[in-house]
Amino acid sequence: MLKKRIIPCLDIKDGKTVKGVNFEGLIDAGSPVELAKRYADEGADELVFLDITATIEKRKTLADLVEVIAKEINIPFTVGGGINSLEEAATLILRGADKVSLNSSAVKRPELIQEIAGQFGSQCVVVAIDTKFTNGEWKVFVSGGRIETDLKTVDWAKKVEALGAGEILLTSMNSDGTKNGFEKSVLKEVIQVVNIPVIASGGAGSKEHFKEVFEETNVSAALAASVFHFGEISIPDLKMYLKMNNISIRTTL
Amino acid sequence: MIAIVKYNAGNVTSVKNAIERLGFECIVTDNSEELQQADKVIFPGVGEASSAMAYLKEKELDEVIKNLKQPFLGICLGMQLMCDYSEEGNIDCLGIFKTKVKKFPPLDLVPQMGWNSIIQNGKENENEDVYFVHSYYAEVCEETIATCNYVLNFSAALQKDNFYGVQFHPEKSGKIGEEILYKFLILNF
Repeated sequence: MLKKRIIPCLDIKDGKTVKGVNFEGLIDAGSPVELAKRYADEGADELVFLDITATIEKRKTLADLVEVIAKEINIPFTVGGGINSLEEAATLILRGADKVSLNSSAVKRPELIQEIAGQFGSQCVVVAIDTKFTNGEWKVFVSGGRIETDLKTVDWAKKVEALGAGEILLTSMNSDGTKNGFEKSVLKEVIQVVNIPVIASGGAGSKEHFKEVFEETNVSAALAASVFHFGEISIPDLKMYLKMNNISIRTTL
Repeated sequence: MIAIVKYNAGNVTSVKNAIERLGFECIVTDNSEELQQADKVIFPGVGEASSAMAYLKEKELDEVIKNLKQPFLGICLGMQLMCDYSEEGNIDCLGIFKTKVKKFPPLDLVPQMGWNSIIQNGKENENEDVYFVHSYYAEVCEETIATCNYVLNFSAALQKDNFYGVQFHPEKSGKIGEEILYKFLILNF
Protein backbone atom coordinates (compact mmCIF):
# COMPACT_ATOMS: atom_id res chain seq x y z
CA MET A 1 0.00 0.00 0.00
CA LEU A 2 1.25 3.47 -0.89
CA LYS A 3 2.27 5.33 2.26
CA LYS A 4 1.56 8.87 3.44
CA ARG A 5 4.76 10.88 3.37
CA ILE A 6 6.32 12.95 6.16
CA ILE A 7 8.48 15.75 4.79
CA PRO A 8 10.75 17.98 6.87
CA CYS A 9 11.47 21.34 5.26
CA LEU A 10 14.83 23.08 5.70
CA ASP A 11 15.18 26.79 5.10
CA ILE A 12 18.56 27.63 3.61
CA LYS A 13 20.34 30.96 3.57
CA ASP A 14 23.83 31.36 2.14
CA GLY A 15 24.25 27.61 2.20
CA LYS A 16 23.30 27.21 5.88
CA THR A 17 20.10 26.17 7.61
CA VAL A 18 18.36 29.21 8.98
CA LYS A 19 16.31 28.09 11.91
CA GLY A 20 18.20 27.03 14.97
CA VAL A 21 18.28 23.37 15.66
CA ASN A 22 18.79 21.67 18.96
CA PHE A 23 19.70 18.21 17.85
CA GLU A 24 22.44 16.61 19.79
CA GLY A 25 25.31 15.05 17.97
CA LEU A 26 25.31 17.21 14.89
CA ILE A 27 28.80 18.24 13.95
CA ASP A 28 27.53 21.47 12.46
CA ALA A 29 23.99 22.38 13.42
CA GLY A 30 23.91 24.92 10.62
CA SER A 31 24.86 22.40 7.98
CA PRO A 32 21.89 21.46 5.79
CA VAL A 33 23.70 18.30 4.75
CA GLU A 34 24.17 17.09 8.33
CA LEU A 35 20.60 17.88 9.23
CA ALA A 36 19.25 16.29 6.07
CA LYS A 37 21.21 13.11 6.71
CA ARG A 38 19.89 13.01 10.22
CA TYR A 39 16.31 13.31 8.99
CA ALA A 40 16.84 10.70 6.29
CA ASP A 41 18.27 8.25 8.84
CA GLU A 42 15.36 8.91 11.18
CA GLY A 43 12.86 7.93 8.50
CA ALA A 44 11.86 11.15 6.73
CA ASP A 45 10.25 10.13 3.44
CA GLU A 46 11.45 13.12 1.46
CA LEU A 47 13.09 16.45 2.12
CA VAL A 48 12.42 19.97 0.92
CA PHE A 49 15.14 22.61 0.83
CA LEU A 50 13.86 26.15 0.52
CA ASP A 51 16.48 28.72 -0.40
CA ILE A 52 15.72 32.12 1.04
CA THR A 53 19.02 33.76 0.15
CA ALA A 54 18.46 37.16 -1.39
CA THR A 55 21.76 37.74 -3.14
CA ILE A 56 22.73 37.31 -6.77
CA GLU A 57 25.33 34.77 -5.71
CA LYS A 58 22.63 32.44 -4.52
CA ARG A 59 22.27 30.34 -7.64
CA LYS A 60 25.84 29.16 -7.52
CA THR A 61 25.80 28.49 -3.78
CA LEU A 62 22.52 26.63 -4.06
CA ALA A 63 23.64 24.51 -7.01
CA ASP A 64 26.84 23.58 -5.17
CA LEU A 65 24.84 22.67 -2.09
CA VAL A 66 22.43 20.56 -4.15
CA GLU A 67 25.35 18.59 -5.51
CA VAL A 68 26.64 17.82 -2.02
CA ILE A 69 23.17 16.91 -0.76
CA ALA A 70 22.63 14.58 -3.72
CA LYS A 71 25.89 12.79 -2.95
CA GLU A 72 25.02 12.29 0.71
CA ILE A 73 21.26 11.73 0.86
CA ASN A 74 19.57 8.47 -0.12
CA ILE A 75 15.96 9.70 -0.28
CA PRO A 76 14.24 12.05 -2.74
CA PHE A 77 14.55 15.78 -2.24
CA THR A 78 13.01 18.94 -3.63
CA VAL A 79 14.70 22.31 -4.00
CA GLY A 80 12.81 25.59 -4.16
CA GLY A 81 13.19 29.30 -3.72
CA GLY A 82 13.59 31.85 -6.46
CA ILE A 83 13.73 29.47 -9.43
CA ASN A 84 12.74 31.74 -12.31
CA SER A 85 13.80 29.94 -15.46
CA LEU A 86 14.08 26.55 -17.12
CA GLU A 87 17.83 27.01 -17.09
CA GLU A 88 17.95 27.45 -13.31
CA ALA A 89 15.68 24.45 -12.79
CA ALA A 90 17.77 22.34 -15.19
CA THR A 91 20.97 23.18 -13.32
CA LEU A 92 19.48 22.03 -10.02
CA ILE A 93 18.00 18.85 -11.49
CA LEU A 94 21.20 17.92 -13.31
CA ARG A 95 23.21 18.49 -10.13
CA GLY A 96 20.96 15.94 -8.41
CA ALA A 97 17.70 17.49 -7.17
CA ASP A 98 14.78 15.11 -7.72
CA LYS A 99 12.23 17.89 -7.96
CA VAL A 100 12.12 21.65 -8.09
CA SER A 101 9.48 23.74 -6.40
CA LEU A 102 8.08 26.87 -8.03
CA ASN A 103 6.01 29.52 -6.30
CA SER A 104 5.86 33.22 -7.27
CA SER A 105 7.73 32.56 -10.53
CA ALA A 106 4.96 30.21 -11.69
CA VAL A 107 2.29 32.82 -10.95
CA LYS A 108 4.28 35.40 -12.85
CA ARG A 109 4.95 33.13 -15.81
CA PRO A 110 2.84 29.93 -15.72
CA GLU A 111 4.53 28.54 -18.86
CA LEU A 112 7.59 27.86 -16.71
CA ILE A 113 5.72 24.83 -15.30
CA GLN A 114 5.19 23.54 -18.84
CA GLU A 115 8.79 24.13 -19.84
CA ILE A 116 10.27 22.21 -16.91
CA ALA A 117 7.68 19.40 -17.08
CA GLY A 118 8.24 19.14 -20.83
CA GLN A 119 11.95 18.65 -20.44
CA PHE A 120 12.18 16.63 -17.23
CA GLY A 121 8.68 15.22 -16.66
CA SER A 122 5.85 16.26 -14.39
CA GLN A 123 7.28 14.27 -11.49
CA CYS A 124 10.06 16.89 -11.29
CA VAL A 125 7.75 19.87 -10.84
CA VAL A 126 6.20 20.83 -7.52
CA VAL A 127 4.12 23.99 -7.46
CA ALA A 128 4.03 25.60 -4.04
CA ILE A 129 0.89 27.62 -3.40
CA ASP A 130 0.71 30.04 -0.49
CA THR A 131 -2.93 30.65 0.31
CA LYS A 132 -4.89 32.83 2.69
CA PHE A 133 -8.58 33.12 3.48
CA THR A 134 -9.52 36.65 2.64
CA ASN A 135 -12.91 38.29 1.97
CA GLY A 136 -14.70 34.97 2.14
CA GLU A 137 -12.47 32.97 -0.20
CA TRP A 138 -9.09 31.26 -0.46
CA LYS A 139 -6.72 33.36 -2.57
CA VAL A 140 -3.18 32.84 -3.80
CA PHE A 141 -0.45 35.00 -2.29
CA VAL A 142 3.08 35.48 -3.64
CA SER A 143 6.42 36.89 -2.54
CA GLY A 144 6.53 34.95 0.68
CA GLY A 145 2.86 35.61 1.37
CA ARG A 146 3.17 39.39 1.26
CA ILE A 147 1.34 40.10 -1.99
CA GLU A 148 -2.23 39.07 -2.75
CA THR A 149 -2.99 37.99 -6.31
CA ASP A 150 -6.32 37.87 -8.15
CA LEU A 151 -6.11 34.09 -8.31
CA LYS A 152 -8.52 31.89 -6.43
CA THR A 153 -6.63 28.96 -4.93
CA VAL A 154 -8.76 26.21 -6.49
CA ASP A 155 -8.54 27.82 -9.94
CA TRP A 156 -4.77 28.15 -9.71
CA ALA A 157 -4.46 24.55 -8.51
CA LYS A 158 -6.44 23.31 -11.53
CA LYS A 159 -4.34 25.43 -13.83
CA VAL A 160 -0.98 24.23 -12.51
CA GLU A 161 -2.10 20.62 -12.93
CA ALA A 162 -3.16 21.33 -16.52
CA LEU A 163 0.24 22.92 -17.18
CA GLY A 164 2.03 19.79 -16.01
CA ALA A 165 2.74 20.20 -12.30
CA GLY A 166 3.34 16.83 -10.66
CA GLU A 167 2.48 17.87 -7.12
CA ILE A 168 1.04 20.78 -5.18
CA LEU A 169 2.56 21.97 -1.92
CA LEU A 170 -0.24 23.91 -0.28
CA THR A 171 0.67 26.24 2.57
CA SER A 172 -2.05 27.97 4.51
CA MET A 173 -0.76 31.38 5.56
CA ASN A 174 -3.52 31.54 8.15
CA SER A 175 -2.16 28.55 9.99
CA ASP A 176 1.57 28.76 9.15
CA GLY A 177 3.58 29.28 12.29
CA THR A 178 0.55 28.99 14.59
CA LYS A 179 1.09 25.35 15.56
CA ASN A 180 -2.69 25.02 15.65
CA GLY A 181 -2.89 22.32 13.00
CA PHE A 182 -3.11 22.10 9.23
CA GLU A 183 -5.87 24.07 7.49
CA LYS A 184 -8.03 21.19 6.33
CA SER A 185 -10.78 23.12 4.56
CA VAL A 186 -8.60 24.51 1.79
CA LEU A 187 -6.77 21.19 1.43
CA LYS A 188 -10.11 19.46 0.85
CA GLU A 189 -11.16 22.08 -1.69
CA VAL A 190 -7.96 21.68 -3.67
CA ILE A 191 -7.87 17.87 -3.48
CA GLN A 192 -11.39 17.76 -4.86
CA VAL A 193 -10.39 19.57 -8.06
CA VAL A 194 -7.01 18.01 -8.89
CA ASN A 195 -5.73 14.52 -9.63
CA ILE A 196 -2.12 15.02 -8.50
CA PRO A 197 -0.69 14.58 -4.99
CA VAL A 198 -1.23 17.45 -2.57
CA ILE A 199 1.18 18.11 0.30
CA ALA A 200 -0.22 19.81 3.41
CA SER A 201 1.90 22.56 4.91
CA GLY A 202 1.56 25.16 7.61
CA GLY A 203 0.40 24.78 11.17
CA ALA A 204 1.86 21.50 12.39
CA GLY A 205 2.28 21.68 16.15
CA SER A 206 1.62 18.17 17.40
CA LYS A 207 1.47 14.55 16.34
CA GLU A 208 -2.34 14.77 16.49
CA HIS A 209 -2.29 17.43 13.78
CA PHE A 210 -0.63 14.99 11.39
CA LYS A 211 -3.13 12.28 12.31
CA GLU A 212 -6.05 14.65 11.74
CA VAL A 213 -4.87 15.85 8.36
CA PHE A 214 -4.34 12.28 7.14
CA GLU A 215 -7.65 11.08 8.58
CA GLU A 216 -9.80 13.96 7.45
CA THR A 217 -8.34 14.78 4.03
CA ASN A 218 -6.78 12.85 1.16
CA VAL A 219 -3.42 14.61 1.28
CA SER A 220 -0.50 12.48 0.11
CA ALA A 221 2.03 14.05 2.45
CA ALA A 222 2.47 16.52 5.27
CA LEU A 223 5.35 18.97 5.56
CA ALA A 224 6.67 20.77 8.62
CA ALA A 225 9.77 22.65 9.66
CA SER A 226 10.11 24.00 13.16
CA VAL A 227 8.49 21.12 15.06
CA PHE A 228 11.18 18.87 13.65
CA HIS A 229 14.08 21.33 13.87
CA PHE A 230 13.40 22.17 17.49
CA GLY A 231 12.94 18.55 18.41
CA GLU A 232 9.34 19.07 19.52
CA ILE A 233 8.33 16.09 17.40
CA SER A 234 10.75 13.32 16.54
CA ILE A 235 10.17 11.61 13.20
CA PRO A 236 10.39 7.99 14.46
CA ASP A 237 7.99 8.83 17.29
CA LEU A 238 5.56 10.58 14.93
CA LYS A 239 5.62 7.69 12.48
CA MET A 240 5.02 5.07 15.15
CA TYR A 241 2.13 7.15 16.51
CA LEU A 242 0.56 7.45 13.06
CA LYS A 243 1.03 3.76 12.36
CA MET A 244 -0.63 2.83 15.65
CA ASN A 245 -3.51 5.05 14.60
CA ASN A 246 -3.90 3.06 11.40
CA ILE A 247 -2.45 5.67 9.08
CA SER A 248 -0.58 4.04 6.20
CA ILE A 249 2.96 5.10 6.99
CA ARG A 250 6.46 3.87 6.21
CA THR A 251 8.51 2.56 9.08
CA THR A 252 12.00 1.10 8.93
CA LEU A 253 13.91 -1.24 11.18
CA MET B 1 34.13 -1.47 -13.05
CA ILE B 2 30.43 -0.66 -12.97
CA ALA B 3 29.02 0.94 -16.11
CA ILE B 4 25.90 3.08 -16.24
CA VAL B 5 24.28 3.22 -19.67
CA LYS B 6 24.34 6.77 -20.98
CA TYR B 7 21.33 7.66 -23.08
CA ASN B 8 18.73 10.35 -23.52
CA ALA B 9 16.45 9.26 -20.70
CA GLY B 10 16.86 10.42 -17.22
CA ASN B 11 19.22 11.75 -14.79
CA VAL B 12 22.02 9.33 -14.01
CA THR B 13 23.38 11.54 -11.23
CA SER B 14 21.44 9.86 -8.43
CA VAL B 15 22.35 6.34 -9.54
CA LYS B 16 26.01 7.29 -9.84
CA ASN B 17 25.93 8.94 -6.40
CA ALA B 18 24.34 5.87 -4.83
CA ILE B 19 26.95 3.53 -6.33
CA GLU B 20 29.76 5.77 -5.12
CA ARG B 21 28.22 6.00 -1.64
CA LEU B 22 28.52 2.21 -1.52
CA GLY B 23 32.21 2.51 -2.31
CA PHE B 24 32.18 1.37 -5.94
CA GLU B 25 33.56 3.21 -8.89
CA CYS B 26 31.49 3.67 -11.99
CA ILE B 27 31.54 5.15 -15.44
CA VAL B 28 28.68 6.58 -17.48
CA THR B 29 29.06 5.45 -21.06
CA ASP B 30 27.32 4.63 -24.34
CA ASN B 31 30.42 2.97 -25.75
CA SER B 32 29.54 -0.64 -26.59
CA GLU B 33 32.99 -2.00 -25.76
CA GLU B 34 33.01 -0.33 -22.35
CA LEU B 35 29.55 -1.73 -21.65
CA GLN B 36 30.60 -5.24 -22.76
CA GLN B 37 33.70 -5.16 -20.58
CA ALA B 38 32.06 -3.82 -17.42
CA ASP B 39 31.58 -6.15 -14.43
CA LYS B 40 28.03 -4.90 -13.95
CA VAL B 41 25.82 -2.70 -16.08
CA ILE B 42 23.11 -0.42 -14.75
CA PHE B 43 20.40 0.93 -17.01
CA PRO B 44 18.64 3.82 -15.27
CA GLY B 45 15.94 5.91 -16.78
CA VAL B 46 13.49 8.63 -16.12
CA GLY B 47 11.78 9.76 -19.26
CA GLU B 48 9.61 8.68 -22.15
CA ALA B 49 9.74 5.15 -23.59
CA SER B 50 9.47 5.66 -27.34
CA SER B 51 12.07 8.42 -27.59
CA ALA B 52 14.40 6.40 -25.33
CA MET B 53 13.99 3.30 -27.53
CA ALA B 54 14.57 5.34 -30.69
CA TYR B 55 17.82 6.63 -29.22
CA LEU B 56 18.99 3.14 -28.19
CA LYS B 57 18.31 1.84 -31.70
CA GLU B 58 20.05 4.74 -33.36
CA LYS B 59 23.16 4.08 -31.26
CA GLU B 60 22.72 0.31 -31.78
CA LEU B 61 22.71 -0.08 -28.02
CA ASP B 62 19.58 -2.26 -28.17
CA GLU B 63 21.50 -5.22 -29.60
CA VAL B 64 24.48 -4.58 -27.32
CA ILE B 65 22.27 -4.65 -24.22
CA LYS B 66 20.33 -7.79 -25.22
CA ASN B 67 23.58 -9.69 -25.67
CA LEU B 68 25.31 -8.69 -22.44
CA LYS B 69 26.32 -11.60 -20.21
CA GLN B 70 27.22 -9.84 -16.98
CA PRO B 71 24.68 -8.84 -14.29
CA PHE B 72 22.49 -6.10 -15.72
CA LEU B 73 20.02 -3.98 -13.75
CA GLY B 74 17.31 -1.82 -15.28
CA ILE B 75 15.72 0.80 -13.05
CA CYS B 76 12.26 2.34 -13.60
CA LEU B 77 12.07 3.27 -17.31
CA GLY B 78 15.17 1.12 -17.81
CA MET B 79 13.22 -1.88 -16.51
CA GLN B 80 10.22 -1.00 -18.68
CA LEU B 81 12.42 -0.83 -21.78
CA MET B 82 13.57 -4.40 -21.04
CA CYS B 83 9.99 -5.65 -21.56
CA ASP B 84 8.35 -6.69 -24.85
CA TYR B 85 6.27 -3.62 -25.46
CA SER B 86 5.27 -0.28 -23.91
CA GLU B 87 2.01 1.57 -24.31
CA GLU B 88 3.96 4.77 -23.77
CA GLY B 89 4.47 5.87 -27.34
CA ASN B 90 3.20 2.45 -28.52
CA ILE B 91 6.67 0.98 -28.95
CA ASP B 92 8.31 -2.43 -29.16
CA CYS B 93 11.04 -2.63 -26.52
CA LEU B 94 14.02 -4.92 -25.89
CA GLY B 95 11.95 -8.06 -25.28
CA ILE B 96 14.04 -9.49 -22.46
CA PHE B 97 11.04 -9.83 -20.13
CA LYS B 98 7.96 -11.36 -21.73
CA THR B 99 5.49 -8.78 -20.56
CA LYS B 100 3.80 -5.55 -21.54
CA VAL B 101 4.05 -2.09 -20.00
CA LYS B 102 0.71 -0.30 -19.59
CA LYS B 103 -0.55 2.98 -18.18
CA PHE B 104 -2.24 2.91 -14.77
CA PRO B 105 -6.01 3.24 -15.13
CA PRO B 106 -7.14 6.60 -13.67
CA LEU B 107 -8.63 5.04 -10.53
CA ASP B 108 -6.15 6.77 -8.25
CA LEU B 109 -3.57 9.52 -8.59
CA VAL B 110 -1.22 8.93 -11.52
CA PRO B 111 1.78 8.75 -11.23
CA GLN B 112 2.15 6.55 -8.21
CA MET B 113 4.58 8.69 -6.24
CA GLY B 114 6.01 7.64 -2.91
CA TRP B 115 6.92 4.65 -0.75
CA ASN B 116 5.17 1.35 -1.18
CA SER B 117 5.76 -2.19 0.05
CA ILE B 118 6.81 -5.05 -2.16
CA ILE B 119 5.42 -8.56 -2.06
CA GLN B 120 7.69 -11.58 -2.47
CA ASN B 121 6.45 -15.18 -2.41
CA GLY B 122 3.03 -13.96 -1.37
CA LYS B 123 4.40 -12.10 1.64
CA GLU B 124 4.49 -8.35 2.10
CA ASN B 125 7.92 -7.06 3.16
CA GLU B 126 7.15 -4.96 6.20
CA ASN B 127 9.49 -2.11 7.13
CA GLU B 128 11.18 -2.41 3.74
CA ASP B 129 9.23 0.04 1.60
CA VAL B 130 10.86 1.37 -1.52
CA TYR B 131 10.34 4.58 -3.50
CA PHE B 132 8.28 4.58 -6.69
CA VAL B 133 7.55 7.30 -9.25
CA HIS B 134 5.78 6.00 -12.35
CA SER B 135 2.69 6.30 -14.53
CA TYR B 136 3.25 3.03 -16.40
CA TYR B 137 3.68 -0.46 -14.96
CA ALA B 138 4.80 -3.89 -16.19
CA GLU B 139 2.15 -6.60 -15.99
CA VAL B 140 2.92 -9.56 -13.74
CA CYS B 141 4.55 -12.36 -15.77
CA GLU B 142 6.64 -15.49 -15.34
CA GLU B 143 9.80 -13.45 -14.78
CA THR B 144 8.23 -11.35 -12.02
CA ILE B 145 10.13 -11.94 -8.76
CA ALA B 146 8.31 -9.33 -6.65
CA THR B 147 5.06 -7.45 -7.00
CA CYS B 148 3.62 -4.21 -5.71
CA ASN B 149 0.03 -3.08 -5.40
CA TYR B 150 -1.19 0.31 -6.55
CA VAL B 151 -4.59 0.30 -8.23
CA LEU B 152 -3.62 -3.23 -9.31
CA ASN B 153 -0.81 -5.77 -8.84
CA PHE B 154 2.19 -5.12 -11.05
CA SER B 155 5.82 -6.22 -11.37
CA ALA B 156 8.04 -4.50 -8.80
CA ALA B 157 11.04 -6.63 -9.84
CA LEU B 158 11.78 -9.00 -12.70
CA GLN B 159 14.61 -11.38 -13.42
CA LYS B 160 15.72 -13.53 -16.31
CA ASP B 161 19.22 -15.03 -16.31
CA ASN B 162 21.68 -12.14 -15.83
CA PHE B 163 18.98 -9.52 -16.39
CA TYR B 164 17.33 -7.78 -13.43
CA GLY B 165 14.80 -5.00 -13.48
CA VAL B 166 13.17 -2.96 -10.71
CA GLN B 167 10.31 -0.52 -11.08
CA PHE B 168 11.26 1.36 -7.91
CA HIS B 169 14.30 3.56 -7.36
CA PRO B 170 16.83 1.74 -5.13
CA GLU B 171 19.05 4.84 -5.34
CA LYS B 172 16.32 6.85 -3.59
CA SER B 173 14.99 4.18 -1.25
CA GLY B 174 17.03 4.89 1.86
CA LYS B 175 19.01 2.12 3.53
CA ILE B 176 16.91 -0.70 2.10
CA GLY B 177 17.49 0.64 -1.39
CA GLU B 178 21.23 0.73 -0.77
CA GLU B 179 21.10 -2.89 0.43
CA ILE B 180 19.30 -3.96 -2.75
CA LEU B 181 21.80 -2.10 -4.90
CA TYR B 182 24.71 -3.54 -2.93
CA LYS B 183 23.40 -7.10 -3.38
CA PHE B 184 23.36 -6.50 -7.12
CA LEU B 185 26.82 -4.93 -7.17
CA ILE B 186 28.38 -7.95 -5.43
CA LEU B 187 26.63 -10.58 -7.57
CA ASN B 188 29.15 -13.05 -8.82
CA PHE B 189 28.59 -15.43 -11.72
